[in-house]
Amino acid sequence: MKNPILEARNINKFFHLPDEFQVLTDINFSMNKGEFVSIMGKSGCGKSTLLYLLSTMDTDYEGEVWLDEQKLSGLNSNELARIRNEKIGFVFQFHYLLAEFTVLENVTLPARKLGVKSREEIEHDAMTKLKLLGIEDQALKLSSRISGGQKQRVAIARALINNPMIIMGDEPTGNLDSKNSDVVFDIFKELCTEENLSLLVVTHDEDFAHRTDRIIEMGDGRILNSKISGRFDIAQRPG
Amino acid sequence: MDVRLILSISRTHLFSRKKQSIIAALGVTFGIGTYIIMMGFMNGLNGLLDGLILNRTPHIHLYNEIQASQKQPLDLISTYGKRERFVRSVKPMQSQSRIHNAVPLMNFLEKQPYSKGVTAQIRAQAFYLGGSVQLNGSITGVDVMKEAALYNLGDYIIEGSCQALESNENGILLGAGVAKKLSLQVGDVVQLSSTKGELLALKIEGFYQSGLADIDDIQSYVNLKTAQRLMGEGRNYITDINVKLYDIEKAPELAKDMEKLFHVRAVNIQQANAQFETGSSVRTLISYAVSITLLIVAGFGIYNILNMLIYEKMNDIAILKATGFSSNDVKWIFISQAVMIGLLGSIIGLIVGYGVSVLIDNTSFDTPALPTIKTYPVEYDLKYYIIGVIFGMVSTFLAGYLPSRRAEKMDPVDIIRGQ
Repeated sequence: MKNPILEARNINKFFHLPDEFQVLTDINFSMNKGEFVSIMGKSGCGKSTLLYLLSTMDTDYEGEVWLDEQKLSGLNSNELARIRNEKIGFVFQFHYLLAEFTVLENVTLPARKLGVKSREEIEHDAMTKLKLLGIEDQALKLSSRISGGQKQRVAIARALINNPMIIMGDEPTGNLDSKNSDVVFDIFKELCTEENLSLLVVTHDEDFAHRTDRIIEMGDGRILNSKISGRFDIAQRPG
Repeated sequence: MDVRLILSISRTHLFSRKKQSIIAALGVTFGIGTYIIMMGFMNGLNGLLDGLILNRTPHIHLYNEIQASQKQPLDLISTYGKRERFVRSVKPMQSQSRIHNAVPLMNFLEKQPYSKGVTAQIRAQAFYLGGSVQLNGSITGVDVMKEAALYNLGDYIIEGSCQALESNENGILLGAGVAKKLSLQVGDVVQLSSTKGELLALKIEGFYQSGLADIDDIQSYVNLKTAQRLMGEGRNYITDINVKLYDIEKAPELAKDMEKLFHVRAVNIQQANAQFETGSSVRTLISYAVSITLLIVAGFGIYNILNMLIYEKMNDIAILKATGFSSNDVKWIFISQAVMIGLLGSIIGLIVGYGVSVLIDNTSFDTPALPTIKTYPVEYDLKYYIIGVIFGMVSTFLAGYLPSRRAEKMDPVDIIRGQ
């Protein structure tokens, strides 16, 4: 077995309020470097919850999460923040940009936090990422002044800025039209194949999911099955 | 932790919402400004009232008191041993009202390191004569320039001046009430008759008004020599010696010593103005209560405004945390914003507080009790400005610290999920 980049071992999670309720039951799965995995399931099945705790943004669970052969469970919040900063890029459904900052600032902030490169280098990197996503002309606008599709691309650029090991997305195409969601998918695909980036994406969009390497189906807090997707092209898609 | 990055983020937050930042800063300004104004004004008024008494009252007042002898003849007889002795209906001893050896005594007191100044006074009863009317009067002979220097006599002269009296041995500073009753003007001559029947015609060099009608209706000031002439006594006739000290707290102790040393009655200011002491301490208490209340109210105001400012930014907190900013970073981003607002607000607060104080200081305030005071008194004590700034900074720091500590402890997903 290849070295898994991300692994979940025996994860259980409960919501305590308003009533005790088990959201996730015995979740075990792993993904390899360079793999493009999607998680599907009905609303409320716990897929976003799983993603949040895999991304270290939620620490209230039982079981273990390993990223790049490092156990994340039990680390303190500062160590986790460092890992998020360095190794994980996250794309939310509702972009979650800082409205009062420009596009460029939004993209550069995580890198400035990391503090490895100089300001100039970081800005150059950010422009490269924006160019990659085709929105370099928006760089100096306030992030609240650009369109929804552009915002989502800025969010992806932000996720990429520190060259993370893995990108996680919580319905990153959830509120984009099909044209924009195709753009986002193509960007992801390209990153996966060309930069050997790992991607883990929660989605409702079956078309989107079927084009990924592997689909994990969830229901009622459990993994129902994990299958290698057909990987078929748009042209071959039935219907 | 990268301070520059954190400051640049909080700067963007502050500047992109100028209106809100300014309103928050104004909240601080309002609290600190009010505090400075209230304290300055209240303490100014307190100081004025304290000054009313403290400035005109001698710290130690020496005079001969009419009283019964402390030792009765019976006490000198040893026959009765330790048995209790009772003497009823004791009468006061005949004694003179002049202080024995007053001049050397004054010279001695003048030389003591604790005394700021010693003045002699002659108190005498007299009648003001106005045609067929005789008005009861109380004449005080003073060294008028010294009296003006030590006890601000000049503040109570509403017309004329102390200098005019100083240069005229037949002059008088007439009580304003007397002048009104007898329809006299400055420059007129008033007839005085002593209790011994001596008649004196004195030129009015000014009017004295203390603000207390009872005093102004009888009290007048003349030179020492004039008073001695009125009493028909010589140059060493002095009835009262007033001592002003450097340290008012020493008055009771020194008065006790003087009483023993000079065989005179020595009254200290604390005894003479017991009710003033009470009033003064009550006023101090009120001013503390008001200042604490003001600070608490201002503190809550500041806390509320900043709290809201930060809770509005909860989303940003989640985003920053999700992209790798640590709890500590997030905490300092918000604390630094709060402190910047606090600093700005405090500085404006100081300026506003000072400005309004100056405004009050120049507002006219006319009262017959204080003829020389024309505007409201305000105290400009640096202490209140410093307390104001410290308070502003501490409360804004707390107002930033407490909510950001809550944000610090939250997982980013708690905030995202709560949307």
